[in-house]
Amino acid sequence: METLEFNNKTIAVNEEGYLKDSAQWSPELAHQLAKDVNINLTDKHFQVLNWLRSKQAEGIALSIRKVGNSGIVDIKEFYQLFPGGPLKISSKIAGIPKPVSCI
Amino acid sequence: MKNLLILGAGTAGTMMANKLHKDLNRKVWNITIVDPEVVHYYQPGFLFIPFGIYQPEDVVRMKAAFLPKEVDFIVDEVKLITGEKNEVTLKRGRTLPYDVLIIATGANVVPGETPGLEGKLWYKDIFDFYTYEGATLLAKKLETWQGGKLVISLTETLIKCPVAPLEFAFLADAYFTEKGMRSKVEIFYVTPLSGAFTKPKATKMLSALLEEKHITVIPDFYVQEVDNERKTLISYDQKEVSFDLLVTVPVNKGADVIAASNMGDEDGLNFVPTDKHTLQSKKFENVFVIGDATNVPASKAGSVAHFEGEILLENILSFIHQLPLEAKFDGHANCFIETGYGKAALIDFNYETEPLAGKFPWPIVGPMGLLKVNRANHFGKLAFRWIYWHILLTGKSLPVTSTMSMAGKEVEKEIVK
Repeated sequence: METLEFNNKTIAVNEEGYLKDSAQWSPELAHQLAKDVNINLTDKHFQVLNWLRSKQAEGIALSIRKVGNSGIVDIKEFYQLFPGGPLKISSKIAGIPKPVSCI
Repeated sequence: MKNLLILGAGTAGTMMANKLHKDLNRKVWNITIVDPEVVHYYQPGFLFIPFGIYQPEDVVRMKAAFLPKEVDFIVDEVKLITGEKNEVTLKRGRTLPYDVLIIATGANVVPGETPGLEGKLWYKDIFDFYTYEGATLLAKKLETWQGGKLVISLTETLIKCPVAPLEFAFLADAYFTEKGMRSKVEIFYVTPLSGAFTKPKATKMLSALLEEKHITVIPDFYVQEVDNERKTLISYDQKEVSFDLLVTVPVNKGADVIAASNMGDEDGLNFVPTDKHTLQSKKFENVFVIGDATNVPASKAGSVAHFEGEILLENILSFIHQLPLEAKFDGHANCFIETGYGKAALIDFNYETEPLAGKFPWPIVGPMGLLKVNRANHFGKLAFRWIYWHILLTGKSLPVTSTMSMAGKEVEKEIVK
């Protein structure tokens, strides 16, 4: 089992570094996860992260388009905040599972 | 008399009409089903049409033939659902009251959501295969196509049958090989996800197929627009992929009536907020949602509608007897993945469990293999067309449990250090 150390706590992650238990997430942990991908988190980032976490908790399947329709950012801004693969990167920082297909 | 109203006579709606006709007291309950179309398409068959494996007529039947005679079938479009008044308004003006409503209005491809997709190249060099029209026109195109760069592009991740585009890529490889022109065709698979495979076991078991079949995957590509002049896909972060022939899976949306009735999810894709276990709508307690119309995080697929159907029947019977909704849907899905040359893989999974290797439906004997490419799976896929028309739509049970079973699956024990 893979883990990461944070504030003297051991946090379980999967082979790609996604948290296994999203309840172990905290804003401080988000800052550390974001540093690994060279992102400095702003308030706007946190609005997106919190929105993702709330949707995930409601059991809703997420997509880039949904974030773009969230009223927080449009898709272009989402890309600016989390360049490369915005949903997979923001999901990792938000402590929720990686967006996947069925296989 | 009380009224049970079903919106949509596709896979899920037809199945529910048959189940409820059998299990509701018909002296008390009228059952009515509404759909704007008279033709029922076997949607899983669309995949085979471009390659001439199925002919268009193989996938077409009349909807009425699969509905019980004692169920009223109204051919009309639903214009508005007024949940507060328990009534539905149809386009031609009729108003239908209901005591229990089932929304089974499905999902459709909407190419107009992506700028340039429905431009001057639409149905000339750009095709979808998720519609009868797209699949049949693409078959004609492929017959005479001389080769070049074939790009299969997923516009969105929340799509019907998420494995179909990958199956299309595998079948295209086989099709051009059998035509003796594979060397003239380059196949690209462009996806907004991190790869063609995204789950650990499936990646391990199946990703070699892509190399074997010379399919190039372009990951993390989220299509913003299509430049018709330059025949190029452009992503939101300004990456480009050019094509000679584009096979697109456009954005999928729920029915317009969902938006018109203010019953859709806030993302504007017209899927109905639904309890992922009970299948009850989150807005009205006498409204239930099934199949592609829901926003639950399960695959949009016929097998899912089938497994949901057994749960929904139980919960509707509980609801009308004022009992708690105890049946819980677990996200169970079961999908064949056609890989070409008469072989296929098979996956079985739910909300919690990723597709695992093993045997299906029975441990050890199979005869089908999970996450394995073999002939038995291919025959399973072909046999499924018969099963669809004769067992699934008629609301009968398959020899497969509606909740996922771990029997026959290989579970690796996690090593705790």
